[in-house]
Amino acid sequence: MRYMMATALAVAMAVAPAHAKVLRYSTNADLLGLDPAINNEGPTNAMKTNLYEGLLYRNFNLSLAPALATEWSQVSPAVWRFKLRQGVKFHDGTPFTGADVAFSLTRYQSEQADMRGYMATVKEINVVDPATIDFVTNGPDPILPQQLPLFFIMSKAWAEKNNTTQVVRGTSAPTFINFNANGTGPYKLVERVADNRTVVEPNPLWWGKLDNGITRAEFRPIANAATRVAALLSGEIDLMYPVPSQDKQRINSSKGTKVLEGPELRTIFLGFDQHRNELLDMKGSGKNPFKDKRVREAFYKAIDIQTIARVVMRGESRPTGSMVAPGIAGFSDDVDKRPAFNADEAKKLLADAGYPNGFPVTLDCPNDRYTNDEAICQAIVPMLARVGIQIKLNAQTRSLHFDKIGLKENRNTSFYMLGWTPGTFDAHNMLVNIVTLDGPGAGQNNSGVYRNPKVEELTLKAGTEMDAKKRNEMLVEAQKIHKDEYGHIPLHQQTLAWGVRDEVIDGSVKPRPSNDVDLRQIKMK
Amino acid sequence: MFAYIVRRALQSVLVMASVAFVAFTLFQYMGDPINQMVAQDATLAERENLRRVLGLDRPFYVQFLVFLKNLVTGNFGFSFRVGTPVAQIIAERLPATLELVLVAAMFALFVGVPAGVYTGLHRHGALSRFMLTISLIGVSLPTFLIGILLILIFAVVLGWLPSFGRGQVVQLGFWSTGFLTTSGLKALILPSITLGLFQTTLIMRLVRSEMLEVLRADYIKFARARGLTNRAVNFGHALKNTLVPVITIAGLQIGGLIAFAIITETVFQWPGMGFLFITAIQFVDIPVMSSYLVLVALFFVIINLIVDLLYFAVDPRLRIDRSVSTH
Repeated sequence: MRYMMATALAVAMAVAPAHAKVLRYSTNADLLGLDPAINNEGPTNAMKTNLYEGLLYRNFNLSLAPALATEWSQVSPAVWRFKLRQGVKFHDGTPFTGADVAFSLTRYQSEQADMRGYMATVKEINVVDPATIDFVTNGPDPILPQQLPLFFIMSKAWAEKNNTTQVVRGTSAPTFINFNANGTGPYKLVERVADNRTVVEPNPLWWGKLDNGITRAEFRPIANAATRVAALLSGEIDLMYPVPSQDKQRINSSKGTKVLEGPELRTIFLGFDQHRNELLDMKGSGKNPFKDKRVREAFYKAIDIQTIARVVMRGESRPTGSMVAPGIAGFSDDVDKRPAFNADEAKKLLADAGYPNGFPVTLDCPNDRYTNDEAICQAIVPMLARVGIQIKLNAQTRSLHFDKIGLKENRNTSFYMLGWTPGTFDAHNMLVNIVTLDGPGAGQNNSGVYRNPKVEELTLKAGTEMDAKKRNEMLVEAQKIHKDEYGHIPLHQQTLAWGVRDEVIDGSVKPRPSNDVDLRQIKMK
Repeated sequence: MFAYIVRRALQSVLVMASVAFVAFTLFQYMGDPINQMVAQDATLAERENLRRVLGLDRPFYVQFLVFLKNLVTGNFGFSFRVGTPVAQIIAERLPATLELVLVAAMFALFVGVPAGVYTGLHRHGALSRFMLTISLIGVSLPTFLIGILLILIFAVVLGWLPSFGRGQVVQLGFWSTGFLTTSGLKALILPSITLGLFQTTLIMRLVRSEMLEVLRADYIKFARARGLTNRAVNFGHALKNTLVPVITIAGLQIGGLIAFAIITETVFQWPGMGFLFITAIQFVDIPVMSSYLVLVALFFVIINLIVDLLYFAVDPRLRIDRSVSTH
């Protein structure tokens, strides 16, 4: 009944938007579920950030801010100490203690938790006193604080009461924790109906202050892009993303709606097979041209990135020479500079390498993962054909693409497209996943098996280096070596676009680089 | 008669098992559901662990047999994506789809039949030509385009109707209905027109050609010669005789409406089974996809059975032939 009245109220308010303090926002897919320890996905984690809190909070500019912890320091190489905020209560009124943090850790580290990666280096949590806890790691971990915004703390008592202390998914998954939430976050859950809506309201018990004017927020996924645009234009929703390129002008020219644009953190790049002795498309030749640095350089220089940015991306991309976006720790302006496009030089390089007439190769590409992914690959085909390369394009749906270039099919690719956002907002994560093979958990997405001993060494060292400045130098140096070897071809960072009704959304609101909605960072007029 | 039903029921089981088998075979080529469920930097061990937990590491035939075994016991498994039992999700979504299909079918009948009669009687009238032109649009435009056009006109430009969702629903036991609230009824209008437009034009054209046929028949001439009113001739005699094929087609089309609701539901973010199926495909949510396909097969089988039984009721000759042949 309460919900029905609330909905009636929301409907009534939708008719008179001038008084609306209800934020209705939308994106193309529903949240995966609210269990803090599973469903590791951007928009889902953003909703969990509204409901739950970590010890630290990530600001709009990606810096860290105090949340459930007020101070943090490293007391020894493998121990981080946190002072806990006092007097904090969960949504149901139970007080927050160090025991809840330790309990949340056991949930994060259980076998079926997708989020366990964030707590992978933590050995144990010791409750020193009611206001202090220690994280003991398996060796020095310089980036532990970076992981904490997504280490959501849940109430031990509540989990025990509702029989959800175990993380279970699949055939016997309990559904309670995916449809209910009890965190310490600034918003509390009012209602969740899968594929339909998730409704939250401000948490009156929250320790902080909310002055964004939102009295209620409704997340309503709309899968079809045209319908999503229509719903914004007709005033049924106040904020939505992503905005399709062709609809930007319409939204900007309509009264009351506007497109907000900003840079995204994901970098799109191409990779080469530098491992097999024979290229997949050159059976019987015994040759793999990509082992030759000159061939990789030729490919790099044959791609006219400015044309792709102008024609394919319609100006909505930021061409880059770096494998990580600005704002990511370890980003360097120097690395970001791209070698200039030069088709003649590319031709000459190929001739020098012994391929004056080019060679055949298949470009593997997703067609539903990144903005204009297939169109980018289609544009690259003639650019490389111009220097003599016979490219066959293999564009397919994301699940098949990632199977093919991934470990499941033993990196069954010679030339592929991939995009990467470092989950820790740190270039080290990219180095581990994309350009190295040796370290713990390394090389998951190094589909072309790029390998350089010096890069491996620097990456390993940076993993345990506690001096921030030294560590940064290592990260930049590793990226420089990789760049000079033309290990991959970085293409661009996408521009992200949000559509808002500017009569209700405050002018100060900017799209988050991680392309999701943290309600604290939204303000209503 | 009874033997016939039993035979058909046994055939139906076979049909559904085949659908399940074909669906399951296809799923082997849809990509790896694990990719959708873990973070992009999940380790191979984490992926393998999840694969084991979900039972995806077992050979294809074992997975299929487990699915069949569960199906027989009424257990559809758990959705990979939502994490709830598939039976529960389908029970939640079924009312939305069935209400949409019901309204769309009503729209098709109550607009299509009168329009067909009118265009049949007034072959050269301006209004007839107009209706035939509109029907051509209904037949030739794809559903998603019609939906988007309706949204553009009635939601964005005029602002009369909502562009997405089901409005406010009222829970009657397990059934959630949009029929009892204003917003629920308003939300039904655009999707049901979109879904029903093709059927409307089909029925209209069918009724029209049947009417043209019947009006030339001798008994109509005799009826007119007897001095019956136009009304009695047109509706009492002519229309009645055109309706037999119309009922058959309309019955079969209901199955089609349920199946085609996928596109309409996606355009309007209608929280029904079709939308559930589309999201399941994107997510490679095998339990939901296979259950949906088996369920739709069941719908078709039931509707076909009912139509076949209706033939028995309608056509006495068929009854005699069948009973003779079964001896």
